[in-house]
Amino acid sequence: MTQTAPWTRKDVEARLADDMARAWLGEALAEAARAAQAPPTPPSPYTSHTWELRFAAAGRQCGQDNADAVRTLLLTQARAGLDTLTRLYRQGSAAERRAVLRALPSLVEGPHAVHLLDDALRTNDTRLVSAAVGPYAAAHLDAHAWRHAVLKCLFTGVPLDHVADLDRRARGDGELARMLTDYAAERTAAGRDIPRDLHRVLTLTGEKPQRPQEL
Amino acid sequence: MRIFDPHIHMTSRTTDDYEAMYTAGVRALVEPSFWLGQPRTSPASFFDYFDALLGWEPFRAAQYGIAHHCTIALNPKEANDPRCTPVLDALPRYLVKDSVVAVGEIGYDSMTPAEDTALAAQLQMAADHGLPALVHTPHRDKLAGLHRTVDVIRESNLPTERVLLDHLNETTVKHAADSGCWLGFSIYPDTKMDEDRMVTILRTHGTEKVLVNSAADWGRSDPLKTRKVGDAMLAAGFSEDDVDQVLWRNPVAFYGLSGRLQLDIPEPEGLHEGNSILRGGE
Repeated sequence: MTQTAPWTRKDVEARLADDMARAWLGEALAEAARAAQAPPTPPSPYTSHTWELRFAAAGRQCGQDNADAVRTLLLTQARAGLDTLTRLYRQGSAAERRAVLRALPSLVEGPHAVHLLDDALRTNDTRLVSAAVGPYAAAHLDAHAWRHAVLKCLFTGVPLDHVADLDRRARGDGELARMLTDYAAERTAAGRDIPRDLHRVLTLTGEKPQRPQEL
Repeated sequence: MRIFDPHIHMTSRTTDDYEAMYTAGVRALVEPSFWLGQPRTSPASFFDYFDALLGWEPFRAAQYGIAHHCTIALNPKEANDPRCTPVLDALPRYLVKDSVVAVGEIGYDSMTPAEDTALAAQLQMAADHGLPALVHTPHRDKLAGLHRTVDVIRESNLPTERVLLDHLNETTVKHAADSGCWLGFSIYPDTKMDEDRMVTILRTHGTEKVLVNSAADWGRSDPLKTRKVGDAMLAAGFSEDDVDQVLWRNPVAFYGLSGRLQLDIPEPEGLHEGNSILRGGE
């Protein structure tokens, strides 16, 4: 699923296979809504709130294809704050971490959750890398981290279509153009192909390649 | 030949192994959490290990067209170290994860009181979470260990038909079969079982509820032993259907008791230039 959050409850219900999954979702959302009203309790590495158990079980209850959407919806319904998002990310499977990353744009204002992007971009798991370069990254990653994220996508084969706001952020970025040109030169020196996406983003920078003969 | 290796420690294996396993027919596996050779000294290093079984390792496996599931537990060896036992308190939040298909490996190592406590507590957790349990039988004092293991399982709230007893051999198979548990055999180059002895056991006991695994890890072991058992079965006159039952349908039935098996991993495609793990710069 490449659609980005937020999904509405109606969208998600329409995607579910049967009434059992819809009933499960209804209960899970009700638990999340109650948690949103409840006074905050201190986080623990050993226990979880009930809606967080639902968050973990979303794949097998609603189908793996719907897990991102269901989890994102639960996070929204629970009005998960930065502490909760951080805990769920740190205690999550890769699929749960991806859902947290996808929910960031609608749940966190400001750059306070950038540490989660940094963590995801340090991995080589393309599911996490592609989820980390969404709209939240476009809004809040600093120039250095954002350029490395673009390069990481090229390295690990994550299509640059996953990078939100690529045009705007790449435009006029001479340093990114230099990094791309150097990477292309390294590939050429090794006798390897240059990823097609590299040419595309280089064009978006509007910068002339420094060593056009190598491109 | 489609193969489900119900017990293999891929964390200790290379991508060459994944490639060879796929070529041999392996399409699914279960990686039980266990000890890592080097003893751990804090719960945090268990958590990183469990997280890898839920994150990085399934990602690696999927790139080679293999569905990866895991079992989570505090293993019996490290259950004896009081610095590690707080892991038990954290298990419930792992046992709800989508790709956790059993509690395991649990069981006995040296048959100590601490192991008694950990085994009983984790059988109860399996019952509480709707999960089956992978129970290994000890390497030393094996037959006595098996008797004691079965006694503890019978005293627990987990029915024997939701338990897989592993590392069985000629001396333990009968009592294990009488208990009603599923029967697991680890095929090793030197120790445990070999493929010809396995065929003999299958002749005597039949193929019902029998699972065969490589238990490959960081020791001398072979991740293709499942395939070699399949080949040995065919050479000994077993049918392809018998082989499919032992190497695929039985593990699917046992771990399917969790309701969490996801076997629809797509064929490996779009690998970065057909290359190995996405380290970058390939």
